[in-house]
Amino acid sequence: MADDGLKSELQKQGVFVTTWDDLVNWGRSNSIWPLQFGLACCAIEMIASAASRYDIARFGSEIFRASPRQADLMIVAGTVTKKMAPQVVRLYNQMAEPKYVISMGACATSGGPFHRGYNVLKGIDRYIPVDVYIPGCPPTPQALLDGLQRLQERIRSRPMGRVMDEKRGEYPVPEFGPRGLEPRYTPQVWQPPASHPFDYQRAARPEGGSGGGAA
Amino acid sequence: MSAPAPEELKAFLEQQLPGVTLSQDALALAVLPRDLADVCRVLKDTERFRFDYLSNLTAVDYPPDSIVVVYHLYSMHHRHGPLALKVTLPRSAPAVASVTPIWRAAEFQEREVYDLYGVTFEGHPDLRRILMWDGFDGHPMRKDYVPEDQNA
Repeated sequence: MADDGLKSELQKQGVFVTTWDDLVNWGRSNSIWPLQFGLACCAIEMIASAASRYDIARFGSEIFRASPRQADLMIVAGTVTKKMAPQVVRLYNQMAEPKYVISMGACATSGGPFHRGYNVLKGIDRYIPVDVYIPGCPPTPQALLDGLQRLQERIRSRPMGRVMDEKRGEYPVPEFGPRGLEPRYTPQVWQPPASHPFDYQRAARPEGGSGGGAA
Repeated sequence: MSAPAPEELKAFLEQQLPGVTLSQDALALAVLPRDLADVCRVLKDTERFRFDYLSNLTAVDYPPDSIVVVYHLYSMHHRHGPLALKVTLPRSAPAVASVTPIWRAAEFQEREVYDLYGVTFEGHPDLRRILMWDGFDGHPMRKDYVPEDQNA
């Protein structure tokens, strides 16, 4: 395989040298079709990113698909309520490989301002693997575009064959229990931290939640 | 047209409905649970008041003893309002007559109060949970509700 210096020399002479992986990943990373759905106010910023001012088409991701079968990327844009989480996981399962997830904003990442509430999931990464987290409440369109570019770098950095070998597959869809979703997380994706400086809930309530089977 | 003062309403209602006990709570009228349906019917049907619009129906939890259901009424016809009604219920078994037969707008709001506070509305045509799923245990807007530990 030609090294970068030789490639550059050859390019000056009008000869283009590349590898199959680079070529495929160049195409894949520049046509990431996101799944068209929004959960809360982050979706408004996502829509702004797709509109003329920020124009996500500059990065090849303007084709928002209404069907998970045709989408490469799930942008979890907004608050994931416990009632919505099973549908989000099911949509993820229905997406074709290779598939990617961006967790957009504080809510999708951790529950955000609803972290202490009874009705919001404390992070979609409890049920599906997340590739890029975007901070913000909501993140600006620039932040979303930055997240998209990070994802593109990630796609370009992996050989295509290996990506397909590491298929994400499907993950269990949580069900409604008497106090919340069951299970509360998928262990192969996420494990609770041993301790956390803001772990108020355990400090205040050593007995924890009463309902459901603790995983 | 100016909104009727709570004093005027109180005097009128006590004259119209003998045996009804009302008290004035700031700008609101406190109604006993057993009188609620009659009072609402009169407030809606009397031409002078004609409260034809229920804009809001919610509840407040006052542990350890009571839950207060609050109604906000307007008159679109006379362009006056709001009038607030308050009904204090025992926290152990809160139940009050549904006003859905009077104002159809009450249907979903009573379901919400039933779901989140556990108040039973007698005579409601379809009293089910509306926000939480069927099979959910407890009423999460009550102040002593403990959310699950999602890390457990």
